[in-house]
Amino acid sequence: MTTQSVNIRYANIRGSSTGYFVWIVILILVSAAGLLAAHTMESQGHVVTGMNNQVVWGMPHVFAIFLILTASGVLNVASVGSVFGKAEYKPFGRLSALLAVTFLIGGLMVLVLDLGRPDRLIVAMTTYNFKSIFAWNIFLYTGFMVVVVVYLWMMFERRMQVYSRMVGIAALTWRFILTTGTGSIFGFLVARQAYDAAILAPMFILMSLSFGTALFILVSGAISRFTEMMVPDAMMERLKRLLGLFVMAVVYFVIVYHLANLYIVEHQDFEKFVLLDGGVYTLLFWGVQILIGTIIPLVLVYLKKSAQRSIVHLAAALVIIGSFAQLYVLIIGGQAYPMSLFPGKQVSSSFYDGVIASYIPSMPEVLLGIGGVSTALLITTIAIRILPFLPERDADHIDAEPSASGESV
Amino acid sequence: MTEGLDNLDSYRRRFLTALGIGGVAAAIGGVRIVGLATAKSDDEAVTDEARWGMLIDTSKCGEGCNRCVEACNEENGLTGFDRQQTDAQWIRTLEVRDKQTGHVTSLPMLCQHCEHPPCVDVCPTGASFRRADGIVLVNKHTCIGCRYCMMACPYKARSFIHEELTDQKPWAPRGKGTVESCTFCVHRVDRGDAPACVEACGEAANGAMMFGNLNDPDSEIAIRAKQVSSRQIRADLNLNTAVRYEGI
Repeated sequence: MTTQSVNIRYANIRGSSTGYFVWIVILILVSAAGLLAAHTMESQGHVVTGMNNQVVWGMPHVFAIFLILTASGVLNVASVGSVFGKAEYKPFGRLSALLAVTFLIGGLMVLVLDLGRPDRLIVAMTTYNFKSIFAWNIFLYTGFMVVVVVYLWMMFERRMQVYSRMVGIAALTWRFILTTGTGSIFGFLVARQAYDAAILAPMFILMSLSFGTALFILVSGAISRFTEMMVPDAMMERLKRLLGLFVMAVVYFVIVYHLANLYIVEHQDFEKFVLLDGGVYTLLFWGVQILIGTIIPLVLVYLKKSAQRSIVHLAAALVIIGSFAQLYVLIIGGQAYPMSLFPGKQVSSSFYDGVIASYIPSMPEVLLGIGGVSTALLITTIAIRILPFLPERDADHIDAEPSASGESV
Repeated sequence: MTEGLDNLDSYRRRFLTALGIGGVAAAIGGVRIVGLATAKSDDEAVTDEARWGMLIDTSKCGEGCNRCVEACNEENGLTGFDRQQTDAQWIRTLEVRDKQTGHVTSLPMLCQHCEHPPCVDVCPTGASFRRADGIVLVNKHTCIGCRYCMMACPYKARSFIHEELTDQKPWAPRGKGTVESCTFCVHRVDRGDAPACVEACGEAANGAMMFGNLNDPDSEIAIRAKQVSSRQIRADLNLNTAVRYEGI
């Protein structure tokens, strides 16, 4: 196992083409727009966002949770390589771990900059209430970052590669705890009909695996297009099968979650809202999460026998689109649906009790979210130029032709 | 404006004297605050001897009456921006209609000052906290504005400050980017008064709201709560709220 991995040759990209610099400039501009949006939100207050006292978490949270779940899931490629010993995955371990770190940074950036008082980050880092799942998550996220950086070091440093499996197991365990923690942010909330369900924790684990695999397929596909790195057919086939498996696992949890709610009378009105008459939420659920993000990718993945790249890339892109819809319905829809203060009674007030809360995402919060994605991609793009993260072509074969580092970009 | 704060000891003397002649309740407009502990000075620690609570008789809530809300807004300086979705509301009147029978009840909804407050559980920094006497507050210096408490509160009792505020009351500090909610008028309670909403309700001759120490078996609120049937909202959550309702 180890002997094989030491024979994998890695390279950094040359990064001297016009295309590379244009891409960097685009990412810098989009990231800067995100920061500017955050500055506006902080200086003028959250009144510039679509969030209000009813829907208190909005677009930034959809993006942040997407980025965090994806960060955890994208490390799966490294885990499968070093923990489960699948040789095809090994050459991509470094890229997988890099994406885990950069997407986590992007997610945390969005989460922190959305705070009412981001200037008090130091308070959050020094004052803890250990009963709070948020407080656990601060440790889970920063700890994950440390574990993955150590993991990367093991993968980079030949002498350390004997420990890479051990660290890989630690990272794998950490990922499951981290996504359990993220799911429990919602799962442990008794107040709202959409949450208060332990099933959200395992569902988030599977969502992270599905989104992370989709992200890896897209990023590795993009890198292959512009550099000499290549994802071999066998690897593509495995990724495709994994994606299909994870998408099915997610939809299984989605079905169980809704079935339980449908069975329990007190939750039926909420189900009616999401599944039947919730307007944009119903549309996002059936049209985007289920049709575009689940059924079509499954058809694409399982109908075509060979791993035709464009088809797999399309399936992965659709899974990512569906993931946003899923998080939007869960996070925003879950808040838009009114809390049940008096079961069986109709309540009304000046504070939007008993009515579906309105939420229209505003430009600053969307920009902040996109800025987080952009920052993750920016760090990735720069990192693969500085350090040899990418396997050289045919690197999965032990007898790979030695070549000078540096690729065509 | 701040004389009560600056002169607590003299206030206490006056208060105790007033108590001594037994005319306190009548003197402030019939508000039933018998059972309030004596006022304390700033350097006295809060203890769990008292558990402040409220008993609300919804049958006495006047139709369309909004006095408690107005009093709260005035007392705590909750001026809005005419933006209903983002303006803070510490107390609101709820209209509750039975879907089957059509029976309608009005009641004030505010922070229920739970014994096991979900907002305190979820707060990452411990900014949401519960005082020894049961009053649930937000420490404005350590609130980072994550709004997790607002996600967790089953009563929708909290508001986030969405924009810059001016003309704040010195006893009710508020800050953009932080979360706030009903404080049970802690500044008044600490000097021996009832919350502004309770006082206003008494002045409006409704007398639907009673405030006092639930731990003191001789307090009017404890005696009444023992006599009549009252309930907690979302009692199923077992949070042991300090605000109890009659007539629902």
